[in-house]
Amino acid sequence: MLSAHGLTCVRGDRRLFAKLDLAVGAGEWLHVRGENGAGKTSLLRLLAGLSQPAEGEIRWCGEPIGQAESAYRQNLLFFGHHGALKEDLTAMENLGFSAAMDGADFQEATALAALYKFGLKGREELPVRVLSAGQKRRVMLARLAIRKAKLWVLDEPFTALDVKAVDLLSNLISEHVANGGMAVLTSHQTMPIPGGRVVQL
Amino acid sequence: MNAMLAVMRRDLLMVMRRKSEVLTALFFFVIVSSLFPLGIGPEPALLRKIAPGVLWVGALLATMLGLQRMFAADHADGTLEQMAISPTPLVWLVVGKVAAHWLVSGLPLVLMAPVLGIQFDLDPGALGVLMLALLLGTPLLSLIGAIGAALTLGVRGGGVLLSLLVLPLYVPALIFGAGAVESHISGLGAGGHLSLLAAILTLAVFFAPWAATAALRIALE
Amino acid sequence: MSNRLINWFKFASPATFYPLAGKMIPVFWVLAALFGGFGLWLSFFVAPTDATQGEGYRIIFIHVPTSWMSMFIYMVMAAWAAMGLSLNARLSSMMAQALAPTGALMAFLSLWTGAFWGKPMWGTWWVWDARLTSELILFFLYLGFMALQASIDDPRRADKAGAIVALVGVVNVPIIYFSVKWWNTLHQGASVSINKSPSMAMTMLWGMLLMALCLWMYSIAMALTRVRAIILERESHTDWVKQLSEVKP
Repeated sequence: MLSAHGLTCVRGDRRLFAKLDLAVGAGEWLHVRGENGAGKTSLLRLLAGLSQPAEGEIRWCGEPIGQAESAYRQNLLFFGHHGALKEDLTAMENLGFSAAMDGADFQEATALAALYKFGLKGREELPVRVLSAGQKRRVMLARLAIRKAKLWVLDEPFTALDVKAVDLLSNLISEHVANGGMAVLTSHQTMPIPGGRVVQL
Repeated sequence: MNAMLAVMRRDLLMVMRRKSEVLTALFFFVIVSSLFPLGIGPEPALLRKIAPGVLWVGALLATMLGLQRMFAADHADGTLEQMAISPTPLVWLVVGKVAAHWLVSGLPLVLMAPVLGIQFDLDPGALGVLMLALLLGTPLLSLIGAIGAALTLGVRGGGVLLSLLVLPLYVPALIFGAGAVESHISGLGAGGHLSLLAAILTLAVFFAPWAATAALRIALE
Repeated sequence: MSNRLINWFKFASPATFYPLAGKMIPVFWVLAALFGGFGLWLSFFVAPTDATQGEGYRIIFIHVPTSWMSMFIYMVMAAWAAMGLSLNARLSSMMAQALAPTGALMAFLSLWTGAFWGKPMWGTWWVWDARLTSELILFFLYLGFMALQASIDDPRRADKAGAIVALVGVVNVPIIYFSVKWWNTLHQGASVSINKSPSMAMTMLWGMLLMALCLWMYSIAMALTRVRAIILERESHTDWVKQLSEVKP
């Protein structure tokens, strides 16, 4: 459903990768691997539509993502390096805002349940500023759980997560893929989630 | 539409939690405007003459102070990226942010200006024209400023560079805004100036968000 | 692309444009010298002494052409920048980058010669008339463009950001000029305007046109020289640059 042909990425005057092809369909996920500086983040940002490739094109369900922008973005959930959380707002307010951005209905009860599931009970009304790094990442997990997006593009999602949270995230991804979703992620760890292929940069 | 209002609400909510930002710009406006009589002399006739220009320049500079804030925080913590890939076109979200910026930076200036105008011995009619001119002008400043803020996102020397980019573009607003008050004082009527100001504002409302959105996408690449 | 059609895009790549520009530059220098020589001769020896302003008015033969060029170059720069932005063409953006300093120089000269004109004529070094004030703002717009491009490290981002500045400037220059003119007419009576140039004898007009052509040729020569330097800098990692006689050790 998501396919890319002949992708070439140039940063400054360095050519990070050239003529890359990849495809991921329902029930599959891609593990993008490579050394530091190989272009993993750049590739994910290309797939998310944040930057343009020097050559090549990316298609969602056959349509170039430049043309079918709205349709693509409705089905896309992207997590970059930054947490995308506003420090001055509470976890609930952050989730509410994300839902508005995603064009999704925000159900307070569902959001609350998700936050509790990820161990943030009692912290949902505190400004995110006072949460620890790991807890902030768990708020993002809650957002993953609430938003119904077909394609997940996650850049280093396991950063700053403790063992329990790593399990929670792995389960989330497994369920998502098992239910027909797709994911593209980078990580330095190996992940025991079925249905995956490796893209080596 | 929903998303645009959500952005506005979120920005206003965040300002409420850090009120100092609003007040700093406002006090800057007050202080700068008060410096001019100290530098020039307290003679009422002279003050009345320089008042429109001084107050407008004060408003310009006070707006400049707050421009960098518009996108920088969102850019730093990744929320701007999320906005860029939202199904809602980015241009609407930019409009929401500019509107919130105006409510926080521009509207207080409009409300404060009459108070300062009294310091300069302006009569009530002139004060009214001043408020109206600022009401039309400050959104224009926020809109044009958004383009500059988007262009200089994350760039070294951002603040000063932003001023260099944006202040020349502010000149028409300054000329027509201050001119409106002056022509009212001299009896010619402010209608012409205010209409021109409104015309430029309309142009800006249609074009500035597009330019700012293009600049944001360039900054995010 | 058919072999019979002219391949317009042949020179759109830095590698092919570099040698072409190198061949064109001497031609433009020669043209600039020709037009300049003829123009200056007309300005100083043929054009009559002005009844009211004496010999000092002759500075308009520099002042007016530089004003024209500063505006013209801004338009051309904005056009190149727009092409670079919409077609994603590196060379177009490099042309815009190359034109900016020359345009800024023209604007600066216009302001400076305007001051030199004002002093003997009306006793002040600076006159806040509409044209000079708009020229000052145009100068700031050039500076803003150059400063922004200088502050951004990534060349492509600098190109695109500069393009937006140039385009926003192009839209604003008429608005700014109009607003300054309006402001000036309202405050008339403060000083005589530089707009009141002496009534044009034909020779004076020819003098200005020739000087304008001279500056135009000069600007092209300078821009081409500068763009070659920019190409060398930005394409320094490519093979064809490394093979150049200028670059090979």
